[in-house]
Amino acid sequence: MAEYKLLTKDFGAPELQTLKGYERVGGYQGLRDAFKKFTPETLVAEVKTSNIRGRGGAGFPTGMKWSFLPKDVFPRYLCCNADESEPGCFKDRYLIDQSPHQLIEGVLIASYALQVNTSFIYIRGEYHDQRLLLERAVEEARASGYVGRNILGSGFDCEVIVHGGAGAYICGEETALIESLEGLRGQPRLKPPFPAIKGLYGQPTVVNNVETLCNMPHIVQRGGEWFKSLGTDKSTGTRVFCCSGHINRPGNYEMLLGTPIRELLDEECGGIWQGRQLKAFQPGGGSMQVLLPQHLDLPLDMNAVQEAGSSLGAGAMIFMDETTCLVDVSMRLVDFYRHESCGKCVPCREGTYFESELMHRLEAGHATRAELASLADICSNMDGRCFCPLGDTATWFVMSAYKSFREEFEAHCGAGRCPVRTQATALVA
Amino acid sequence: MTLAAETRTAIERARDRYPRARSAILPALWAVQHEQGQITADAMTEVAGILRVTPSEVEAVSTFYSMYFQHPHGRHEVIVCINVSCALRGADGIVDHLERTLGCASGETTADGAFTWSSTVECLGGCGGAPTMQVDHHFQENLTPERVDAILGALRAEPTPHEGLAVEAGGVAGGSAGAQKARRRGVPATTGPAPTEPSNAGSTAPTTEAKKRGRKAGQ
Repeated sequence: MAEYKLLTKDFGAPELQTLKGYERVGGYQGLRDAFKKFTPETLVAEVKTSNIRGRGGAGFPTGMKWSFLPKDVFPRYLCCNADESEPGCFKDRYLIDQSPHQLIEGVLIASYALQVNTSFIYIRGEYHDQRLLLERAVEEARASGYVGRNILGSGFDCEVIVHGGAGAYICGEETALIESLEGLRGQPRLKPPFPAIKGLYGQPTVVNNVETLCNMPHIVQRGGEWFKSLGTDKSTGTRVFCCSGHINRPGNYEMLLGTPIRELLDEECGGIWQGRQLKAFQPGGGSMQVLLPQHLDLPLDMNAVQEAGSSLGAGAMIFMDETTCLVDVSMRLVDFYRHESCGKCVPCREGTYFESELMHRLEAGHATRAELASLADICSNMDGRCFCPLGDTATWFVMSAYKSFREEFEAHCGAGRCPVRTQATALVA
Repeated sequence: MTLAAETRTAIERARDRYPRARSAILPALWAVQHEQGQITADAMTEVAGILRVTPSEVEAVSTFYSMYFQHPHGRHEVIVCINVSCALRGADGIVDHLERTLGCASGETTADGAFTWSSTVECLGGCGGAPTMQVDHHFQENLTPERVDAILGALRAEPTPHEGLAVEAGGVAGGSAGAQKARRRGVPATTGPAPTEPSNAGSTAPTTEAKKRGRKAGQ
């Protein structure tokens, strides 16, 4: 199989969700090594050496993010972003469900490197069971001396607080997450100042994704140089890809970066279902631009996919077969952004409304060609003009689909119904 | 005083745990909703008093987040995802089925008060087991109309609100009795009967490996 298991190696081991089960597979050895082999400074340097890039979507180098914290300003905070809500994304839930202690160990290692004494795991409200699981794991870890005062006799103190959200995609944006954690409406803050300078409670703060932090025990134990040898030059290590849509085996698959997308689709996902053909896919979750069958030979490499006009984003691969109506898919995504727009800035709040109204008329076959032509206008007034990336990304999929499937979009105009869906029904029957 | 002593204690503990009391607003609102099933003006005033903020600050938060209820809901909460991954695998059919079986539109409560259901464009994170819904905060995946009937039927037979709604103040060690019960049920907890195989998932039966990936809840 094409999978390369680093984070998911022990998944399925007995009682891995408990401290005992996690220790049985070598759990918390990374934390011990961190205290033994590294000072906070050398640990930050080691993570820099690994070249690991953030797994939350933007792909910013983690070590560099860590090094932005101003010296000698305390307290500092670490927030683990477990607000996973990107359409198509379900890897953080999987990582937590399978091995909550791996995440907690990662949080503790990062806290040590950053000299943070209070860390937060911000988990979306919908992940209720996962929150309870993490809370229980933190208590177990505390009872065994991994969390709290003088951890493992190192002199380092760290509290871990699991904080549940309550249904807001925007809280995955780091400054909105911080606002929410402070007990406010989850609306993004103006940057700069960046969280590294003024974040939670006005103090230096690092926000890292769940999967990024789950890598830390492995980087500490096996070294930054070793980690760097995995994957490609610009995309090191592995990533957990959430595969969904019209495939035979949906699920999470951990792949070495650099592997061709085709291998992920054919060998792990079992190819497109029902013997059909691939029409299009989205390589990075709901926010990212559509790619076509000819892009399957691209490597799972953040830069390569970016050069092809899209992004690996949060690692969600949504595959669509030949019966899929791209107008329908665009409509659902635009509806999502309309629903999730926080309302702070006008281009996003109003733009997603206009987009959504237009896409509903188009999908129903009621829009005119002139109306369709206004789509590009609406989107160009949003992309790059919104307060945060939510509004920008609300235009990316729909505009890329319009570009790649122009005839399909135009065929909807004045058709009185969705022409593609009708064909699809006929094909199934 | 509208809140139970247990709820007040949970909120006070959350307040004392955070570097600043205001951070406890979200966990406090969860504790309120756990006890009362919705967020009322009286409860918000009481929360504000405990956290030493103004009632309007609490209300601003409670109305921003979609999971806090401003009105009474049914005993069980059913939320169906209709975002792309679920739509590609038949979510619209599940929505139609729910509307027919429950006899009310999305966002409404059944006449007997048993269920409030809604379809949502907010991806639930169950794409690997699409189509997906959450019932009382637990994932139910690989849905078919038959499986939906079995899940709802089992819940309808229950006399009291399901313990799945036991959401105690986040981050508070120990938590409510309901939450502790929820933990004892094992993890990841789900409600309802064991899943049947999805009728639309093609011919390939899920392998043990696939099950390990956690793509199916309810096992």
